[in-house]
Amino acid sequence: MKPPPFEYFRASNPEEAVAALGAHGGNAKLIAGGQSLMPMLNFRLLEPELLIDISKIASLKRIEKGSSGRWVIGAGVRHRDILVSEVLGNSYPILRAAMTHVAHVAIRNRGTIGGSLAHGDPAAEWPMLALLLDAEIEVLGRSGQRMIEAKDFFLGALHTSLSEDEIILAIHLPPAPVAWGFFETARRAGDFALAGAGVLLETQNGKISEARIALLGLGETPIRVYDAEAKLEGENLNSTNRAAAMEAAKAACQPMTDLHASAEFRVHLAGIMTGRSLDAAWGQAIC
Amino acid sequence: MLNRRTITLNVNGEAHELEVEPRHLLADALREGLGLTGTHIGCEHGVCGACTILLDGESIRSCLLLAVQAEGHEITTVEGLGDSNHLNFLQQKFREHHALQCGFCTPGMLMTATELLNQRTSLTERDIRDALSGNLCRCTGYDHIIAAISEAIAETSGAGP
Ligand SMILES: Cc1cc2nc3c(=O)[nH]c(=O)nc-3n(C[C@H](O)[C@H](O)[C@H](O)COP(=O)(O)OP(=O)(O)OC[C@H]3O[C@@H](n4cnc5c(N)ncnc54)[C@H](O)[C@@H]3O)c2cc1C
Ligand code: FES
Ligand code: FES
Repeated sequence: MKPPPFEYFRASNPEEAVAALGAHGGNAKLIAGGQSLMPMLNFRLLEPELLIDISKIASLKRIEKGSSGRWVIGAGVRHRDILVSEVLGNSYPILRAAMTHVAHVAIRNRGTIGGSLAHGDPAAEWPMLALLLDAEIEVLGRSGQRMIEAKDFFLGALHTSLSEDEIILAIHLPPAPVAWGFFETARRAGDFALAGAGVLLETQNGKISEARIALLGLGETPIRVYDAEAKLEGENLNSTNRAAAMEAAKAACQPMTDLHASAEFRVHLAGIMTGRSLDAAWGQAIC
Repeated sequence: MLNRRTITLNVNGEAHELEVEPRHLLADALREGLGLTGTHIGCEHGVCGACTILLDGESIRSCLLLAVQAEGHEITTVEGLGDSNHLNFLQQKFREHHALQCGFCTPGMLMTATELLNQRTSLTERDIRDALSGNLCRCTGYDHIIAAISEAIAETSGAGP
């Protein structure tokens, strides 16, 4: 179908976008890459009065090193930009690997981080990466600027803690373990994942000093498997703790049955993806 | 008619003025506003790839971009590649390898492949298949399309086939 009628306004900075959002009280929508919003408009799932185009705002496109070793990535940075960023590839190699799973080239050429986070699809890569990397999300609204931790940001499927008048400005990434594993299963290359897992490991003297495990596509939000993480610390990766982590991942998820896969199969995948990601991360950490 | 406005689109090296509503998709503006019906429309939600065009040299879905958003950008459609009397290099490869049957997917395939070709790097068959994963073809079974693109890339990237 074709989109319903709406007005269009091109914002030249975030403040203008916030003012326009505020003035329309819930009847306006931001459009960044449009790769999630346009399908919804074409299906007429939404009928906003106004679209506020933020895709030309230069300040949302920065990738820079902030204070205390954090990287700040603007909300308007596209999936494509991450794939080609050397600096981010060095500090967070998992990002690049994960981006190859986000849709297809033509979608990655438009879709943005901010749009992905705000859309809050539990099967999408960015929400899970934000949770895995302990990211903070910087937002601006009429009442000012605030930082939201990723763990408090995703409230449910397509539901986040953003207020109606807020725009995401950037995602802040603190330093994180570099050794990574990322696996997902999708029906075809570029489709949304049925299930996926990401792992980050830090080692000291051959033992795991920090472990992080997160899942996507396995519940209403992305999921961190905190219990399994704590149990791996201070140990080598071995068949016993690997199996325990896989079980913990399976227990942490609450997937749904749909056209593409049963809940049972997704739980099975949660274990397998976690195991493979642990192996990959461990292999890197000890070499 | 709500809020019509006049915009300028740069398509295949030429500036065109046209009147659109904000809700008009770029794909429709190209087809109906400018008569450039080479850009096809299948699904209108980004899945089939038939509407793929180049925006500043990068492939995008013209069903997921509003015409008003395309102002100030360089748009290339399949009509910008060649015509029936003068196929360009890639179109010629498609012809030689029988890479089309009904032709519905072909404009999108060509535009996706044009972006690949312009990167001038050698690619494995796997890379090419991955890059084409967002373009659906119901006729050919893909093999002939992959063969055409592989040969085109091999001949332009300087690497052997
Ligand atoms: C065929 C297809 C396959 C896809 N496959 C995948 C996949 O496998 N994995 C995946 O992760 N994604 C996938 N996507 C979605 C894609 O990654 C989108 O780019 C992304 O979800 C949204 O980013 P966007 O910039 O396009 O946002 P838009 O579509 O412009 O906006 C999405 C939502 O976010 C809001 N928004 C946008 N920017 C901001 C901001 N700065 N602050 C506050 N709110 C904002 C909008 O108002 C809207 O509600 C797919 C899309 C398509 C069409
Ligand atoms: S019509 Fe645009 S992707 Fe199918
Ligand atoms: S040639 Fe018919 S869809 Fe591809």
